[in-house]
Amino acid sequence: MPNQPAIDVQNISKRFGKQVQALEDVSFQVQPGELFGLIGPDGAGKTALMRILTTLLLADEGQARVNGWDVRKDYKLIRRNVGYMPGRFSLYQDLSVEENLQFFATIFGAAIEENYGLIRDIYSQLEPFRTRKAGKLSGGMKQKLALSCALIHKPSVLFLDEPTTGVDAVSRHEFWEMLQRLRQKGITILVSTPYMDEAGLCERVALIQKGRILSIDTPANIVGSFDKPLLAIRTDNMYRLINDLRQFESTHSAYPFGDYVHLALDRPIWPEAVHAFLAAREHTGIEIKAATVTIEDSFMELMTRS
Amino acid sequence: MLPAITADKLTKRFGDFTAVNQITFEVRKGEIFGFLGANGAGKTTAIRMLNGLSRPTAGQASVAGFDVYRHAEKIKRRIGYMSQKFSLYEDLTVRENIQFYGGIYGLPLDEIRRQMKQLVAGLGMEPYARSLVKSLPLGWRQKLAFSIAIMHRPEIVFLDEPTGGVDPITRRQFWEMIYKAADEGMTVFVTTHYMDEAEYCGRVSIMVDGRIAALDTPHALKAQFHAASMNEVFLNLTRPGRHQS
Amino acid sequence: MKQLLIFIRKEAYHIFRDKRTLLILLGMPMVQVLLFGFAITNEINNARIAILDLSKGEMSRDIIQRMAASGYFEIGENLHSLSDIERHFRQGKTKLVAVFPPQLEEKLLRNTPVQIQLVADATDPNTATTLINYASAIIGRYMQEQNQGKALPLAITTEVKMLYNPRLKSVYMFVPGVITIILMLMSAMMTSIAITREKELGTMEVLLVSPLRPSTIVIGKVIPYILLALTMAAIVLMLGAFVFGMPIRGSLLLLIAECVLFVITSLSLGILISTRTETQQVAMLISLMALMLPTILLSGFIFPIESMPKVLQLLSNIIPAKWFIIIIKNVMLRGTGFDFIWKETLILLGMALFFIAASIRNFKIRLA
Repeated sequence: MPNQPAIDVQNISKRFGKQVQALEDVSFQVQPGELFGLIGPDGAGKTALMRILTTLLLADEGQARVNGWDVRKDYKLIRRNVGYMPGRFSLYQDLSVEENLQFFATIFGAAIEENYGLIRDIYSQLEPFRTRKAGKLSGGMKQKLALSCALIHKPSVLFLDEPTTGVDAVSRHEFWEMLQRLRQKGITILVSTPYMDEAGLCERVALIQKGRILSIDTPANIVGSFDKPLLAIRTDNMYRLINDLRQFESTHSAYPFGDYVHLALDRPIWPEAVHAFLAAREHTGIEIKAATVTIEDSFMELMTRS
Repeated sequence: MLPAITADKLTKRFGDFTAVNQITFEVRKGEIFGFLGANGAGKTTAIRMLNGLSRPTAGQASVAGFDVYRHAEKIKRRIGYMSQKFSLYEDLTVRENIQFYGGIYGLPLDEIRRQMKQLVAGLGMEPYARSLVKSLPLGWRQKLAFSIAIMHRPEIVFLDEPTGGVDPITRRQFWEMIYKAADEGMTVFVTTHYMDEAEYCGRVSIMVDGRIAALDTPHALKAQFHAASMNEVFLNLTRPGRHQS
Repeated sequence: MKQLLIFIRKEAYHIFRDKRTLLILLGMPMVQVLLFGFAITNEINNARIAILDLSKGEMSRDIIQRMAASGYFEIGENLHSLSDIERHFRQGKTKLVAVFPPQLEEKLLRNTPVQIQLVADATDPNTATTLINYASAIIGRYMQEQNQGKALPLAITTEVKMLYNPRLKSVYMFVPGVITIILMLMSAMMTSIAITREKELGTMEVLLVSPLRPSTIVIGKVIPYILLALTMAAIVLMLGAFVFGMPIRGSLLLLIAECVLFVITSLSLGILISTRTETQQVAMLISLMALMLPTILLSGFIFPIESMPKVLQLLSNIIPAKWFIIIIKNVMLRGTGFDFIWKETLILLGMALFFIAASIRNFKIRLA
């Protein structure tokens, strides 16, 4: 069927108990072959959504389809055809690298040789450690093995729930490079992450917070939708700087961004005006420049609006 | 002014394996110091030596003016510790957690009572003082954990990956609390392998294979490596010869 | 089928790579059997008894000598009058006093019934009963020998007959019970944590998303443990046979087959617990605490079922261990064949099938 979305989520809601609204009226579509990011902090509902799509949980309301199959009725078909890497890498610690791969290949009814091409450049890095127990691998290695296991049956859609959490920056970087290559092989990928800086590596992202979607778009468009003038400011005293900037009359918001403070303004003003304001408050080492808007700026703006 | 932490050729070996290899650095009083490194670079071992949990194999170190070999107990009274993963008892209420930690640091009862009021009010958590910690949102728990970790006014507070996974606004509120504590003279020692946390520190050290490979302000490090972010600095240091595309 | 095989292989890796747990699993039955066999036994050796011999004849001397020679008794003081008896017991010097009436031989020859009085300290009723039984058995046997070849039988005062366990060896009672308890508890415990462990590790999520069927997972979890549980059974049986001299009078093959059946029943019960619990801790507590007491109390291991209140007697029917104890006692001690125990075997088989079916039904195909 042409133009059928790989993942189609319509008005999904899910509650846990009476108190926790994990997902509220969530809708989005992922096109075949797309690398789609689900970006949001812990507790935003990312894992619940992943589990609903992988047929592990039932939604209270709404409908979802994967490859056109209904997640409730056609769960067996979906389970046969998708790959899933849960938040905690789901490996048997007391089995070797090879044994893990063999096990997951067989339970998905696949042969390693058949689909080895798909995982070659990931798994080849693990080959020297073939006989090592999974529990003895570093975080980055575990992550690669878990990804190999999720891919070995050549799934058409791949669900990755926070694959980069708890992994160091180097491994994170390598992991995203692997995802880019997989995308070129035509696999649809839905990946969730709490790291805003990873949003830029996806084709499209959904920003999610407290079970609601704040925005769905390409990273560039999300950044572009930030419509306030934004300055990056630093002085010698960060703590006083934040507090003082919040007293400035044209301030919309002031948040620390690393060693700078991003100051969003209600109306365009000359940086000199801000400089004078800070100098009057006895700041030293004042540096003011135009800031590059990041996904985080947009995310915070959307959070405060909703 | 005496530095809050000094380490001089501090070394820890486990058999043939050198986990921490002659690291030398100083943390100034009131500084926010980031202690970075990949998984397995030796961060945890180094921290344990500074906290008095592990005896160094060689080298010298002092924390809050006390020698780590001889005065481990005195050091423990003068430091605070918070880790994102296990700092609060989830099945106790906010009040009970405060009482417990106040108690183990030997604060007098009326002091605990006074701090309880102040702390709960400061976080705007009055309606939830009697709620179980596990019923609170993650961001609140983290802010609460930090407030409790500095309740006994430690000279140095050690934070282990304090803000991983929190939403961006809560993360900034959290860092503002840290800035405030540092502004009041507390030394903050942050260990993390999340480079975005590193950006907020005054100075950072980056450990690679048991050694300190770089130590400076994030600003200076980024300039030195011609990098736009600490993430790039880190990749440059840990993957020599391979540059980010 | 290939999926089931690789699943079993994976489980076997888990079992054999965890050397410490494996050692505990195989070592514990040994310790338990030896404890039960040696420490917790009803047998009595060298109990101190006193004699009040008013007859002072050849016959009474013979009997006393036999008692001393039996090894069960150690003859202590000789008392002189009936009034000595009570004083003697109060001082706690003796457990049993044998009183021989005056003119024992003469009375017997005149065919007047005589009674040898056995007085026991019944503050510990079990010991008292055992001692009385031992003593009466010795006297009875003596009388039988005396009567041989005589036209007029002498009056026999005791008739005691101990079937199957003539020497009242309590080890014979305990070993079948211990085998049963150990197989039951260890098997149930092993499998009860097998599924919860995967839930805790997070691997269950991937298994669920895979095309594996619940039945494959359940059966794949049970099979590798059968071998392990049978090894346990063999260890316990061998200890029973070689250390305690337990006979295996029936067919060994039948015994092994029944063990396999019981092990499968217990393992399936463990799996059922596993499907209903979320953490290993809870599963372990349930399989140990909730199974241990009913199994020990209601299986007939320690307390005879016939002397229980009706309600408990009915309740004992749902305890798998009860049926296995009947089977194993029949095969080992009585040497009976399958035709005597087919009913119990069928009941166990029914239970096993029920547990497996319930586990597969209960197996959640989703997380919540």
